[in-house]
Amino acid sequence: MLILDRIGKIYPNGVNALERFSAEIRLGEIVAVIGGSGCGKSTLLRAIAGLDRATSGSVTLDDVTISAPHAEIGVIFQEPRLLPWLSVADNIGFGLSDLPAEVRREKVARALARVGLTDKADAWPRELSGGQAQRVAIARALVPQPEVLLLDEPFSALDAFTRRDLQDHLLDLWADTRPTLVLVTHDVDEAVVLADRVLVMRPRPGRLFAEITINLARPRDRNSPLFANFKRRVLTALDRSLDRSEPDRDAKSTTGEAMWW
Amino acid sequence: MAGSSPAMTDLESSRRSIRRLAISIGKRLAMAMTVDLPALERTESVESPAPAGRLRRYARPALGLLLPVGLALIWEFIVWRGWSNGRLLPPPTRVFATIVELGRSGELTRHIAATLSRMAAGFGLGVIAGTLLGAISGYWALARRLLDPTVQALRAIPSLAWVPLFILWLGIFETSKVALIAVGVFFPVYLGVMGAILSVDRKIVEVGRIFRLSGPAMIRRILLPAVLPAYVVALRVGLGLGWMFVVAAELMGASEGLGYLLLDGQQLGKPAHILAAIVIFAILGKATDWLIEIASAPFLRWQDAFRQIGAT
Repeated sequence: MLILDRIGKIYPNGVNALERFSAEIRLGEIVAVIGGSGCGKSTLLRAIAGLDRATSGSVTLDDVTISAPHAEIGVIFQEPRLLPWLSVADNIGFGLSDLPAEVRREKVARALARVGLTDKADAWPRELSGGQAQRVAIARALVPQPEVLLLDEPFSALDAFTRRDLQDHLLDLWADTRPTLVLVTHDVDEAVVLADRVLVMRPRPGRLFAEITINLARPRDRNSPLFANFKRRVLTALDRSLDRSEPDRDAKSTTGEAMWW
Repeated sequence: MAGSSPAMTDLESSRRSIRRLAISIGKRLAMAMTVDLPALERTESVESPAPAGRLRRYARPALGLLLPVGLALIWEFIVWRGWSNGRLLPPPTRVFATIVELGRSGELTRHIAATLSRMAAGFGLGVIAGTLLGAISGYWALARRLLDPTVQALRAIPSLAWVPLFILWLGIFETSKVALIAVGVFFPVYLGVMGAILSVDRKIVEVGRIFRLSGPAMIRRILLPAVLPAYVVALRVGLGLGWMFVVAAELMGASEGLGYLLLDGQQLGKPAHILAAIVIFAILGKATDWLIEIASAPFLRWQDAFRQIGAT
């Protein structure tokens, strides 16, 4: 269980990026965080990853407070961020350096086969297409079998076709070990295809605005009326999140806030 | 109104994602233009049929030889026809004969050995100092604030201005020469190392953090490989400056060395000697540069740009 307890982040320049964000995410759940630009969704993800410390609140994973990168939390960024001086296979095995070479080789080979890049094992990252590189990044993050996988707009730099392909592929990989996925996105379609639950955020300061449970069976048909219905609900919530007069989902009137409004 | 607003958001979000895509494509293009271009050229030459590829592999360097060899032949011909006596600019054959003659008497070996040993000592010291200080100021912001302004100020001094001081401090013999060469090598190496460390991609460092690399592991597995290409370039620039300063040092007063050969040729009116020394400088400079390139090639195979330089 990943517990986000009233996470807040104020940057040194005074920007209030995130305020009192709370959520409980079950093991194996897929949660999409969506919101307009500047709503603090990336800030939230970096706080969960332990890359940047939140200024208030806490992240707990199975009763362990996260304040630095944790072995059970993997991250996939918007860019593949492969190490250009390592072959594809060595990139995938990057997080396995503690294991004996043979075990590592075997795991890497299995991961390569799983993402369909066995023939690229000895290629350099720069020889890969964008989609292939992102698949290597997914394999690199998944091969140590983390309990939680964080994805920061992982497919937004890809073309529409590759994006769909990778979304399906991600679900397929997720089914292997069923880690918790927390996905930050600005793509409504992506959120509804992947997530069990969509958290809509509102910007300035970034806050949780609405929560929409997507109880559709997988695999989901992107063209079904039910799918369209969920998409519309998320879109409506997104729309309303930009409207200042709407109250927050869990607005509490504290003295400080009373002064704000 | 209520029905149209989600559609508008949809439109807006898709517009935004298109813009993002365009930005990312733009970034890729920029990257391709700065880094990938040699790679493109390379794959093209690899994929071309073997005979054409071979032709290209030999023809391209040959093209570069065309101009100097042509000029040499023309000059040789002019002197041979007696249109010029070639006293101040001896023809290539006479320069070559001088080199052979110097080589036979054993004098050439002595001069080359003297120059090379000075160069090796100066280059070695300069590289060690430049690497250490460059790494320190690249890695620790505090050290950079403390150290860098002074180093930059020293860099602004033309290195030859140090000569009188070095001679006063270290004497007229080897030590002052080695010091001068080391000073020349130090600055490009220092700047190169510091710049390389400062420009290591924060995003790649973050990958190291995600996999919880310890400090030393971060240096070994992320920083060193990331810095290496720029370091090799810095070494090569340093080497070039080192050769420049070895000549300066030897012109300043030496009893042996290629620079002495230059000065000797001038004072005794033997232009063939001067040209012989110049040719040997060119050969040594190119050879040492090539050594660095060869030594670093296995570590930079991932970087196509370096393979391209190696191939031509």
